[in-house]
Amino acid sequence: MASGILVFSEHDGGKIKKTAFELIAKAVSLNMGPVSAVVVGNADTSALGSYGATTVYTVNGDAFSSYTTGSYTKALAAVIAKADPAVVLGAASALGKDLFPRLGARLGAGVVTEATELDNDGGLVAHRPVYAGKAMVTAKPLGLALVTVRPNSFGIPAAGSGSAEVVAVDAGVSAADSKVVIVESKKSDASVADLTEADRIVSGGRSIKSADQYDAIIRPLAASIGATPGASRAAVDAGYAPHSHQVGQTGKVVNPNLYVALGISGAIQHLAGMRTSKVIVAVNKDPDAPIFAHASYGLVDDLFDVAPLLQRELEAL
Amino acid sequence: MKIGVLLKQVPASDSRIKINGDQTGIVTDDIKWEINPYDEFALEAGIQLVEAKTASSLVLISLGGKDAEARIKDGIARGVKAKPEAIRLDDAAFVGSDPLGEARIIAAAVKKAGVVLLLTGKQTIDDDNGQVPAMVAELLDLPQVTFVENLEVSGDSLIAHRAMGSGQVDVVKSPVNAVVTCDKGMNSPRFASLPGIMKAKRAKIAVWSAADLGLEASSVGAGAAVVTEGAYRLPAERPSGKIIEGADAAAKVKELVRLLRDEAKVL
Repeated sequence: MASGILVFSEHDGGKIKKTAFELIAKAVSLNMGPVSAVVVGNADTSALGSYGATTVYTVNGDAFSSYTTGSYTKALAAVIAKADPAVVLGAASALGKDLFPRLGARLGAGVVTEATELDNDGGLVAHRPVYAGKAMVTAKPLGLALVTVRPNSFGIPAAGSGSAEVVAVDAGVSAADSKVVIVESKKSDASVADLTEADRIVSGGRSIKSADQYDAIIRPLAASIGATPGASRAAVDAGYAPHSHQVGQTGKVVNPNLYVALGISGAIQHLAGMRTSKVIVAVNKDPDAPIFAHASYGLVDDLFDVAPLLQRELEAL
Repeated sequence: MKIGVLLKQVPASDSRIKINGDQTGIVTDDIKWEINPYDEFALEAGIQLVEAKTASSLVLISLGGKDAEARIKDGIARGVKAKPEAIRLDDAAFVGSDPLGEARIIAAAVKKAGVVLLLTGKQTIDDDNGQVPAMVAELLDLPQVTFVENLEVSGDSLIAHRAMGSGQVDVVKSPVNAVVTCDKGMNSPRFASLPGIMKAKRAKIAVWSAADLGLEASSVGAGAAVVTEGAYRLPAERPSGKIIEGADAAAKVKELVRLLRDEAKVL
């Protein structure tokens, strides 16, 4: 009988991502049986036990030096067959959102995308945003549940003293399991967290007026507090920032602790993408801008005056 | 080589969403419908591949009721130079399908239509699931290439740039017989021209049922679902915030930083 929760734990070049610790701690609190973790590829798994995983399944081999759908799907399917969990959790990252539906179709399992809350109601109940967070719905998988969770939904408690048993699984994966070959992997801004995982975000809107000013004002202000730079659709469509920076319904949906919006009026499609931020700061010279209705702290002033002052104050902290 | 493009109609991204009385979904009365914005990138890519003669033909596939025909016609109008076929997948047996059920329907249609390369949006902006393309790929045993920002097809392979998060972009090579999901930045979708709109008005949209697709009715629809949806609700309102007063910008900024540090404790 399937029981317990298996957490697909991503790592970045061998370092387990904090989203894995967040999910393991949440899995423990759901009280649905033993919590285990699975790590694919070579990584330091020693911390996973301290957040409550009792078993860590590892799958290693040459086929996992970088992510491919085919190799990871086969690896996860093998670990699921061995661990027989009732629920598999993973981060709603680019990797998780590529992998989980593929795995769901292979196993005939129910997949839930980007949950923001999980309950144990005699079985797993996931709460997830739809219409980019303009509405919420509950989803209940019948049988094996594969659920991706939006990063920063639960926070990470302090590590305990537990340790996990490590079980190596041979999934029989070879390079032939991926018909897709990675030709090149380019990484820019390696030090900056992805928008969807960022703890702090500083975004600029159309009022920033040019790509040069976006680079001269938004980027350094973001860097001053280790934040990831973001932008509204209007700013992206005007060419001030690349589309990968767009926050909103047709961009990234974000969930940081601190979201600073500079010169963003607060179009409904932008609000949909950032409304779950814990603290929202809005700077806009228009006191009637809709963003102020959603901001924790509003500052009615010109962003070109505020941004340098703010950066100086933050750098002095 | 035939290209397939999946189209879904969704509420426009500037729609205000209200929940219906029995909490089974949203109020659709005042909704302005559009082609899912990510599907527009797939459609544009498909049209360009046919125009460049890299692909021989284009088929638009949409799972949905008759009310979706206006969006399919919009797609036909934009792709008029590529002379697209159009197929709508509709059957009472399809109602209540979960993403895996939808994928079974679409996979059967992709196969029947003879599609080699299936282009889709990376997700739809209504359900925000992003599950169906990968599921279709798995059911057809095809490679998937998701979140693609740049796509080049030559011969029997394709090269795609995938956004992997944290600024990482993977350049991958895949057989062209694949499912590719398209992200913003891939291209600039065109609008329909007036002659295109006129031609699309007269275009025929085929309707395929479960029987046409050789699907057992029990393999799709609500009865086959492995995920059930509960009540829809609006998200919790944010507590109202405060406007920071001050003599000048410098005073306001000082107060803001104090509040972020001491009250909100986020610095």
